[in-house]
Amino acid sequence: MMKNKKMIILLVITILSLTVLTACGEKKPTLNVYNWGDYIDKEVLKEFEEEFDVKVRYEDFGTNEDLYVKVKQGGSSYDVIFPSDYMIERMIKEDLLVKLDKYNIPNMDKIDDRFINLDYDPANEYSAPYMWGTVGIIYNKTMVDPLTKWADLWDEKYKDEIIMLKSQRDTLAVALKKLGYSMNTRDMGELEEAKAELIKQKPLVYSYLGDEIKGEIVGENAGVGVVWSGDAVTMIRQNPNLEYVIPEEGTNLWFDAMVIPKSAENKELAEKFINFMLRPEISAKNADYIGYSTPISAARELLPEDIKNSLVAYPTDDMIKNVEIFKDPTDIIAEYDRIWTDIMSEE
Amino acid sequence: MKLKRAAYPYIVWMMVFILMPLLLIVYFAFTSGDSQSFLDFTFSLNNFKRFFTPTYLKVLTRSVNLALLSTIISLIVGYPLAYIISKEKSKRQNIMILMLVIPMWMNFLLRTYAWLTLLGRNGFINNILAKIGVSPLNLMYNNKAILLGMVYNFLPFMVLPIYSVLTKIEKNLIEAAEDLGANSITIFRKVIFPLSLPGVITGITMVFIPAVSTFVISDLLGGGKYSLIGNVIEQQFRVTGDWHFGSALSIVLMIFILITMAFTSKIDKEKEGGGGGLW
Repeated sequence: MMKNKKMIILLVITILSLTVLTACGEKKPTLNVYNWGDYIDKEVLKEFEEEFDVKVRYEDFGTNEDLYVKVKQGGSSYDVIFPSDYMIERMIKEDLLVKLDKYNIPNMDKIDDRFINLDYDPANEYSAPYMWGTVGIIYNKTMVDPLTKWADLWDEKYKDEIIMLKSQRDTLAVALKKLGYSMNTRDMGELEEAKAELIKQKPLVYSYLGDEIKGEIVGENAGVGVVWSGDAVTMIRQNPNLEYVIPEEGTNLWFDAMVIPKSAENKELAEKFINFMLRPEISAKNADYIGYSTPISAARELLPEDIKNSLVAYPTDDMIKNVEIFKDPTDIIAEYDRIWTDIMSEE
Repeated sequence: MKLKRAAYPYIVWMMVFILMPLLLIVYFAFTSGDSQSFLDFTFSLNNFKRFFTPTYLKVLTRSVNLALLSTIISLIVGYPLAYIISKEKSKRQNIMILMLVIPMWMNFLLRTYAWLTLLGRNGFINNILAKIGVSPLNLMYNNKAILLGMVYNFLPFMVLPIYSVLTKIEKNLIEAAEDLGANSITIFRKVIFPLSLPGVITGITMVFIPAVSTFVISDLLGGGKYSLIGNVIEQQFRVTGDWHFGSALSIVLMIFILITMAFTSKIDKEKEGGGGGLW
């Protein structure tokens, strides 16, 4: 008797779980989106769901490398992902992306000319730009003297005020630019020089952080930080004492774009999503919410005055005349790692 | 080898979730190649060669030093605490142990984050100091903060095993020592402490192992300024994407922990204290 009872219970559980699963399967088509953390206005997703009568499953990642590992290892299938420039270059090289069917994405025309056919995707076959920006220095006017160049981050008077990025690449780029080298250099001598610079700077640094930088600077725990321009916009909104500068030596110009991985299950819907995201009013809504800069002029026009005319989000051509875009570093990544560990093991 | 049928699920569990991953790590550690195509890997000792360079040895040394230091501090703070608790009436004992354990019901990350708001430049402690006219201290983002985080998070793992051993010591033994004329210091030195050693050994291993492999505490409280071996391993998987080197580092760390455990369990056996530890 007991045994029978158990069998029945087991059966019921199995059937129940099966029905739950199939119920999921019968629902509306699902779109899997994988984007940076805190990088979209969730309202936009809701609008998409309603308009196209679909379900969006949204997940986020912290670094390009996290994203790369997930996509490359398989096991999870995303329909739309948002890598940055150099990662797109790498993914194209490794044949991880599918070409976009431009016929399904008419809004591609709305993108400003200077944001298409860039080096990482020369014929613009694979990617549709989402946001762009620069890397620069943010400082608190009430706490420290103004900074204008990367070299200022080596000035003794800012001791224990400086927060650097906890990112091998971005922080090495700061040192390389300070020295007047290309941040895409493959020259070991130049990289060693940059390492020496960063070791020299380390006693002045308050901490090396990721996204926590925003809270620390806004909360005035430190006066100087290296940040991405979009974050700077948000931070200045929260604390008007802050000021963002693009350093004189030049900096990194970056792009995050929407692409479709080979493993995507719903390419058609993914293209609809990309097209939707490129609508000026949607792009504007996102840009207003996250603070980053839209590559669509028509969207910029729809933004509130303070952001539309912000030199942080939309610098003049003169301000970004000596910028560089990151190139795929795969061949030199082990050296970056060694250099970074050397810096981080210094007392 | 006869196994009860009830043991099979555990055997399967161990094969799938313990043995297989370990074998995979060993496989990755002794090979190199493009991390995605398993069959193209070639045998290589380069990962270990790379580890035995000053850069990475320095990181391991620092991790071990910090972990040892935090273990010693935990012992110095934890032993008297366990002793005091074990001397209380059993009702109060339970309350005190509960108070020690309740913080552990909260997420580890959250508890460590809490220190940020306490130690920060505009944090709680500095605000109070400012009120009494002391200039703000730099409490965050240094080795001391990492150490504090380790001791704070792992202290219960030291206290609990020592406490559980102490409460099991036969009262008769202490009374016998008293009858034979030993004073309280001698009793502690010759009876209580030797009998509590198994708990101490367990406590040491349970604090040392998580402390030597942590990467969260050094990240949050060290402000990313000081890499520990755990950080370098994390870096291999999350930033560099070099799973081979990451696996090799993990193996070095595992061997290191095994050696410490062998060492401590040897002391344990020599002292012939029976049971009472957590394993």
